[in-house]
Amino acid sequence: MKKEVGLLFVTLGLVALLSGVIFGVIGAFQFVFPEFITTVSFVKIRPLHVSLVVAWIFSCAIGGIYYYMNNCCGTGLWSGKLAKMHFRIFVITGLLILICYFMGKFGGREYWEFPAILSIPIFFSWILFGINYFKSAFNKIGGWPVHMWMWATGIVFFFITFSEAYLWVFPYFRNSLVRDLTVQWKAYGALTGSWNMLVYGTAIFVMTRIKGDEKTAHSKTAFLMYFLGFANLLFGWAHHIYIVPAASWIRTLSYGMSMTELLIFAKMIIEWRSSLEEAKKDFHIIPYKFIVASDVWIFLNLGLALAISVPAVNIYSHGTHVTVAHSMGSTIGINTMILLASAFFLISDITKSDFSAAQKKQISLGFWLFNLFFTVFWCCLIIAGIQKGILTVEDKLSFQEVMTKIQPVLTIFAFCGIGVLAGLTLVVSPLLLSAYRYFKS
Amino acid sequence: MLILTRRVIFWSLIVLFVIHSFLVFTIGTEEDKGETLLTKDALNGKLVYQKYNCTACHQLYGLGGYMGPDLTNVMSKQGIGELYVRAFLQNGTQRMPNFHLSEEEIIFLVAYLKYVDKTGISPVKKFEINLNGTVTQK
Repeated sequence: MKKEVGLLFVTLGLVALLSGVIFGVIGAFQFVFPEFITTVSFVKIRPLHVSLVVAWIFSCAIGGIYYYMNNCCGTGLWSGKLAKMHFRIFVITGLLILICYFMGKFGGREYWEFPAILSIPIFFSWILFGINYFKSAFNKIGGWPVHMWMWATGIVFFFITFSEAYLWVFPYFRNSLVRDLTVQWKAYGALTGSWNMLVYGTAIFVMTRIKGDEKTAHSKTAFLMYFLGFANLLFGWAHHIYIVPAASWIRTLSYGMSMTELLIFAKMIIEWRSSLEEAKKDFHIIPYKFIVASDVWIFLNLGLALAISVPAVNIYSHGTHVTVAHSMGSTIGINTMILLASAFFLISDITKSDFSAAQKKQISLGFWLFNLFFTVFWCCLIIAGIQKGILTVEDKLSFQEVMTKIQPVLTIFAFCGIGVLAGLTLVVSPLLLSAYRYFKS
Repeated sequence: MLILTRRVIFWSLIVLFVIHSFLVFTIGTEEDKGETLLTKDALNGKLVYQKYNCTACHQLYGLGGYMGPDLTNVMSKQGIGELYVRAFLQNGTQRMPNFHLSEEEIIFLVAYLKYVDKTGISPVKKFEINLNGTVTQK
């Protein structure tokens, strides 16, 4: 039986998610209790956690795109063989990266700590993905819906920004700290924007399928929001480097661009009541439940992102756990909720079967457990960050003094990680079981 | 929205992105106050910093991990400085493992941190907040 390559990616992503969160919990405990599991040090645990969670996001988003293009978008998939080759490269490179981390072989930079040579298969696999996507997408008769624009943008800009993140191999960039840091975080800011394009495109696709309403994906508002997001991806990254002594126009331009996101924030507030009514109606549909949760996390994280983009706030929040709350809120809160919605939709569509009543109960329990613990987890990071910012900037305390003062809230944060892991395990296990049955059949 | 309009907006943004990137790569980042300390040892130190994944725990300009302190100005910090840094690098601490660095690697790292120290200040503690939300460093 011919198996869906999309589901292979999604299944791999789910395994990466659980593994990534396990390493995250270990890392959080090592952060608070340095004697916790000393055989694998924090220096190795952190990249293992980050890379596995990033792998989850990419793997599930890519899997969804392959499946939806092949089965739902009316384009077909140009080459199943190329997609399978992409999968094999993804698995082999991923394993090599994990081996490097366990062996303590680094050499790269934050988020891509593996030796730079392993970026080559990633570049290559992305070219395969791009060729396959565009060859398929150009079969589409009529204008592309907004999610196809978003996927196309995500694919092209991941390639561009991933390349930009490796400009440090050239002495012109590497030999000046100011240029190096600025370019590195310009690339990273846009890179997360690129994967957000893949993920948000997936959210719009899943929503149009649940609602059976294709029109919204062609609407003027959808495209205005897309272009706003795209412009922010390109120019709104500098809140990461406000304190790096680069030219001030870089900061000013980015500050102004980030504030345009107030439009999205205002739109969410204005539509709050109608969105709530809408959400109540279809909340029993599993993928929809996760999309609603992602909407709440988008609202909270957008508020946080807007706040830390104001230089007067950033001067306190930069380099503190507020930044971690921002990145965790985006990757675990928003992206994971959307991608789980996509995984549920895709697996139900492939297997043409529903989950049992007991499984639905388990998924619902996991959903609430995850969101409850993750909310406390997220708030702890913000509180610790605000404390750290004030104690460092205003009270001018030393690093050790600050750490001692924020230790209690970070201890709660670490324990909440266990709740987050438990919730996700309850949600993910029925998905993995369905995927296992499908591959076995 | 017409397909043509979408394409025009998309390509306009791409053109602006290319111009913006060029300016960031050149005039936006041309000033380097630490340039005189950018020796061969300092450049090697940067690679040692990456080899041992120091960024997992430490920050430069607030960018990096949270386990250890920001190292941007560690070399000029009152009561710390080169000897203190060398002692940490040679022995590790309760939180920081002993990486068993060679003497050459320690020399490179110290040279790199000296260079970083001259490039600017982090965290910024002396500043003025302007009415429009921007900040002027003092």
